[in-house]
Amino acid sequence: MVSTREARAGWLFVLPWVAGFLLLTAGPMLYSLYLSFTHYDLLKPPRFAGLQNYREILLDGRAATALWNTVFYTVLHVPAQIVLALGLASLLRRAGRSAGLFRTVLFLPTMTPPVALAALFLLLLNGQNGAVNAVLGWFGFSGPQWTTDPAWIKPGLVLMSLWTVGSTAVLYLAALTRVPAERYEAARLDGASAWRQFWHVTLPGISGTVYFTLVVNTIASLQVFTEAYTMFFGARPSTPAEGDAALFYVIYLFQEAFGSLRMGYASALAWVLFLVIAVITVVQVRLSRDYVHYEDRS
Amino acid sequence: MIRRVPVVAALLAIGLLFAYPFWWLVSASLKDRSRVFDNALLPSPADFANYAEVWRAVPLLAWVGNSAAVGIAAAVAATVSSAVVAFGFARFRFRGRDALFGLVLATMMLPGAVTMVPVYLEWHAVGLATTQVPLWAGNLFGSAFYVFLLRQFFLGLPAEVFDAARVDGAGPWRQFRSIALPLARPGLVVVLVFELKAAWTDLIRPLIYLREPELYTLPRGLKAVLDRFGQGGEAQWELVMAASVVATVPMVLLFLVAQRYFVRGVVTQRAEE
Repeated sequence: MVSTREARAGWLFVLPWVAGFLLLTAGPMLYSLYLSFTHYDLLKPPRFAGLQNYREILLDGRAATALWNTVFYTVLHVPAQIVLALGLASLLRRAGRSAGLFRTVLFLPTMTPPVALAALFLLLLNGQNGAVNAVLGWFGFSGPQWTTDPAWIKPGLVLMSLWTVGSTAVLYLAALTRVPAERYEAARLDGASAWRQFWHVTLPGISGTVYFTLVVNTIASLQVFTEAYTMFFGARPSTPAEGDAALFYVIYLFQEAFGSLRMGYASALAWVLFLVIAVITVVQVRLSRDYVHYEDRS
Repeated sequence: MIRRVPVVAALLAIGLLFAYPFWWLVSASLKDRSRVFDNALLPSPADFANYAEVWRAVPLLAWVGNSAAVGIAAAVAATVSSAVVAFGFARFRFRGRDALFGLVLATMMLPGAVTMVPVYLEWHAVGLATTQVPLWAGNLFGSAFYVFLLRQFFLGLPAEVFDAARVDGAGPWRQFRSIALPLARPGLVVVLVFELKAAWTDLIRPLIYLREPELYTLPRGLKAVLDRFGQGGEAQWELVMAASVVATVPMVLLFLVAQRYFVRGVVTQRAEE
């Protein structure tokens, strides 16, 4: 039995979110859909343009470059992040009493403001005298020009992004501790090797969490902006080749909207990104039905 | 015990690798221009002159103040509004509640880049597009992840305390204010520190909205420092590093005092789906 008074109180409490949803999410999305069919530069009122903006995107070489760069980065960054986080979480799980200390050390980089992180890694990744190549040198590798060679800029950004893997590792560690110990005992009694235990006990036990990070990190990665913008755009001049190699989709969207004041075109770019992300997310959800065991849902 | 040795050794090596960039940053900020790139672990001589120089060159203190003001406003706004909304979802039954909460969860998956342009146009329309207001005022409406997180906390509270309060004549607001809020304090702290960090480290919104250097937050100011001192023949990277340390240290301190809240927030994310 739902009383009217209770219902009224409930609605009053959730009212701020409803208002925010209309003002800052649903309303803006519809407005941006409308704008995507117009030319709008803030000075004159929007002029209806039909499908022109969308047609332009199809022919726009920079939009294609930006989309390619973004997909390339995502395909490298997301799996690398997941595999490294899993490895670190497995180590932390077996570290006993020192796990707390190492958890702090691994988590701390995620607190660094991305601008500071990017400024720092411009130097660490420097091809001539950067520390990254110095470390590679100890092992006999001669490192590439991470910040100037267009072929190595995106791999460099991926490498840099791994410094902040700690929060994902902490999330996996929490999932690992929820896998029942009896299953490992049963597997050991069956004579399963460590590797088989990982495949048949650990991975199924945490697949829900891994899948969750896959979806969320993919969405975030397709919107990558701050580090690459800090390093290669703004008042900082980069060579055209560097600028092309680091041009990610949201950077291009930002430039079109707030640099060129092409609000209509930027809105069309935004809707294309929205559709790309929606399709990828739906595909991931479909695939997950076959591979994800939901027993570790908390 | 013996089996732990290789694990701890591996973690020690990885830990050093993860700590090294921090060490490098602080060390470089204390070196003079000719030694910034020398990769030496310890600066010799160690000198705070870079901090003094960057302090003179740019309004660093104003940026710290702006970041603190925006960060606190953003964090308090997000915490209070999300708590109110979360309590509504957790405590009261009303028609459409579950569908509406599904919508809250769905918006978490929504790419923020999609509303970047139209939300800017809204602030432009009300004449606030070049102020700091857009950096925090959106948080007054509750934020999906925090609503989700605090709802979990409120659902964990025993129903009897609310029933008892109702019998004593406490209305919905007093139940929220005097019972739910104090009991959910750990959850409130999680939201507060998460949003403080998010606002303190954000670059894209300050880039969009702030034009006057006096209004810059630290990341926006740091980007300006990098653009000015981090290029060309006269690059002064030691100043960029000093400003980077100033932007980073408050977050490191925040983490050291509030580590368990950050970890708790990260771990709670998982139940998001």
